[in-house]
Amino acid sequence: MTMMQSSKSSAAAPAPAYNEMQDDRGQIRQHYRKLNDWLGEMPTERLAQKRADADMLFRRMGITFAVYGENAGAERLIPFDIVPRILTAVEWRRLSRGLTQRVQALNAFLSDIYHEQEILKANRIPPEHVLRNTQYRPEMQDIEVPGDVYAHIAGVDVVRADEGEFFVLEDNLRVPSGVSYMLEDRNVMMRLFPELFARYAVEPVEHYPDILLDNLRSVAPAEVLEPTVVLLTPGAYNSAYFEHAFLAQQMGIELVEGKDLMVRDGFVFMLTTRGPQPVHVIYRRIDDDFLDPLAFRQDSALGVPGLLAAYRAGHVTIANAIGTGVADDKSIYPYVPEMIRFYLDEEPIIHNVPTRILRNPDDLAYTLDHLPELVVKEVHGAGGYGMLIGPKASKGQIERFREQIKANPERYIAQPTLALSTCPTFVEEGVAPRHVDLRPFVLSGRDVHIVPGGLTRVALREGSLVVNSSQGGGTKDTWVLED
Amino acid sequence: MLSRTADHLYWMSRYTERAENLARMLQVDTHWALLPREVDELGRSWEATLSMVGQLDAYRERHGEIVADQVIRFLAFDEDNPASIVSNLNLARENARAVRGTLTFDQWEIINSTWLELKMRSFDHLEGEALTGFFEWVKLRSHLSRGATIGTMMRDEGFDFKRIGTFLERADNTARILDVQFLMLAPDGVTSASEADYYRYRALLESVSAFEIYRKVYRDRITPARIAELLILRADMPRSLHRCAEGLSQHLQAVANDHSAETLRQVGELHASLHYTRIDLILEQGLHAFLDDFLERINGLGRRIAQDFLVSVTS
Repeated sequence: MTMMQSSKSSAAAPAPAYNEMQDDRGQIRQHYRKLNDWLGEMPTERLAQKRADADMLFRRMGITFAVYGENAGAERLIPFDIVPRILTAVEWRRLSRGLTQRVQALNAFLSDIYHEQEILKANRIPPEHVLRNTQYRPEMQDIEVPGDVYAHIAGVDVVRADEGEFFVLEDNLRVPSGVSYMLEDRNVMMRLFPELFARYAVEPVEHYPDILLDNLRSVAPAEVLEPTVVLLTPGAYNSAYFEHAFLAQQMGIELVEGKDLMVRDGFVFMLTTRGPQPVHVIYRRIDDDFLDPLAFRQDSALGVPGLLAAYRAGHVTIANAIGTGVADDKSIYPYVPEMIRFYLDEEPIIHNVPTRILRNPDDLAYTLDHLPELVVKEVHGAGGYGMLIGPKASKGQIERFREQIKANPERYIAQPTLALSTCPTFVEEGVAPRHVDLRPFVLSGRDVHIVPGGLTRVALREGSLVVNSSQGGGTKDTWVLED
Repeated sequence: MLSRTADHLYWMSRYTERAENLARMLQVDTHWALLPREVDELGRSWEATLSMVGQLDAYRERHGEIVADQVIRFLAFDEDNPASIVSNLNLARENARAVRGTLTFDQWEIINSTWLELKMRSFDHLEGEALTGFFEWVKLRSHLSRGATIGTMMRDEGFDFKRIGTFLERADNTARILDVQFLMLAPDGVTSASEADYYRYRALLESVSAFEIYRKVYRDRITPARIAELLILRADMPRSLHRCAEGLSQHLQAVANDHSAETLRQVGELHASLHYTRIDLILEQGLHAFLDDFLERINGLGRRIAQDFLVSVTS
């Protein structure tokens, strides 16, 4: 695979990133032609006006995220780019098959780890990686979960490199967020550019909440005929609160906080104006640690005392299950292809980014020798923090990181610097290529469903590879074309 | 419905209604301040407004002397004063945000855009026409918010709790307005109005959008007794105490639960007492005493509603 081959001495040469709109000879790819024509017809001022309209829509709808640390209650917009990203039906089919395969293997792994641990016995993954992982939850050992599903909602981050091939960058199996942006980006695009949708046959994404609700109902405790599903949020000050409220409303279920729930005689109830009412499935958007102060963090005011006991008794389903973090940890990630082979007896359709695990002495030695070309990530880091991008880092930063790695090698992994693919993006100087990634959402219940599309995040700064919204990234509508 | 959700809906309505009524009072006061009068009287009037909303002590502590501009600023725009119009609108939005999934898109968009506009406005040199414009704007936003509730919200418990909040707050506010204005205008009991009081009475009617209704109902000159009758006893007057009690009773019946019997009895009793009395009987008892008693009963109901429906009791 291609990576950014920056030589150590000279300034890094421009990466040969895959341009999703234009091929190497400057030809517009077939599926981007109508969009390119349309962009050509639009004067820049009109694009700027449309972008301002979009911002206004997002503000009025209150599609904002709370910012931590700044003055309390501050709300910010995630920048929205009005140029859609287009994937062909062929590209999507392959990606979708690969994601289904991957999430099936991850669920099989979780079930195995919390039962027989065959994969450890077969020595396919070093047991200490799993059993000493802080995300491994012994409380889950030998618990039967409905449908044997652990990660009901998975957000798998993929990027395109080389000649446009997809690679998985990260699996998010705990409380992945961002799906509301997939839905609202589409909503806003359809309001602003109906004429563009007339030129393309775009697969719809709007039915995501229906499928999600259907999946959640399908994993209710077996004896319940008409399950009550609720969405558990940390509250209005959480950065993803908008999404929680949005999804609860779209599914027509109650948005509850920990204090709205109680456990009595091993069953979960919500407190209503007509007294306690039973709850059967909890779509939680709270981390494991905060779910139950009796079982996990005692200082958690967000959780529900006794919830784990009710869960273990099989009286309530928690989605995602407790303990899924052991499968999306960055130190477990390198073994996912092995899981696919072990549980499904298939070869991975989408590959991992080659990853060095710095607790291995060989990998550590190599990494320390090649820091300026590598990306080094903290195993437990998130949001683009705790990360070194070698080619973009100063000498000082690299040396500081070197010391940190030497002190605690087991906390880090290293990967080649990927040349993320680019998409046309409306920025200061007009429409220009910017690096993107993609988070499709994989829903597992009775079956596995993936709504055609996902959240495309775009690094708005020229040359930047960091797409996280907390660091200046924006979002785009993602179009999967019908055949 | 979750008790917490009901609680937020209820308070969202109360704060919106409170902001509207405060704007109404201040609009009348600023208008009235333009009429020729003694400086003394003017001061008394601002003092009355401050005490009506329970902010006289807070104001004195912060600003000392009663100065018209200062009072308006304090009651309308001061974000550090939790009882100001701006604070009430912020609180309404905060409650809406906590249950935005329960609101219709129209309801949310209205309350959110009110808040966004509020943040973009500057209150530094607001006076005269611009000030009146602001009060009008607050009233309009409240109309919009209520209109979206009535026009788009499903008739379920959520709707009932929103309406309960509106009626409870409005009953409280109308009673306070009446009490303070009548104490100012007729400290010795309601007799007949002098020429000079005409504008004040007219302003009082306008503050609760009742001037035209008064004309329609009585087709005669303005007298204090009729004003009291209109704003206390007429069930067809949307802001009267009678109408508020009726609305409260109706929506509380719709949400009745296992422990709400006593609350329903009390609201029924209140409604009946307004339905079956006459204004001359009230004036005989003394308007102030009557309103005092009414406010106490309304506050009592507020406490009972919180206890019966809104607090999550884990027993």
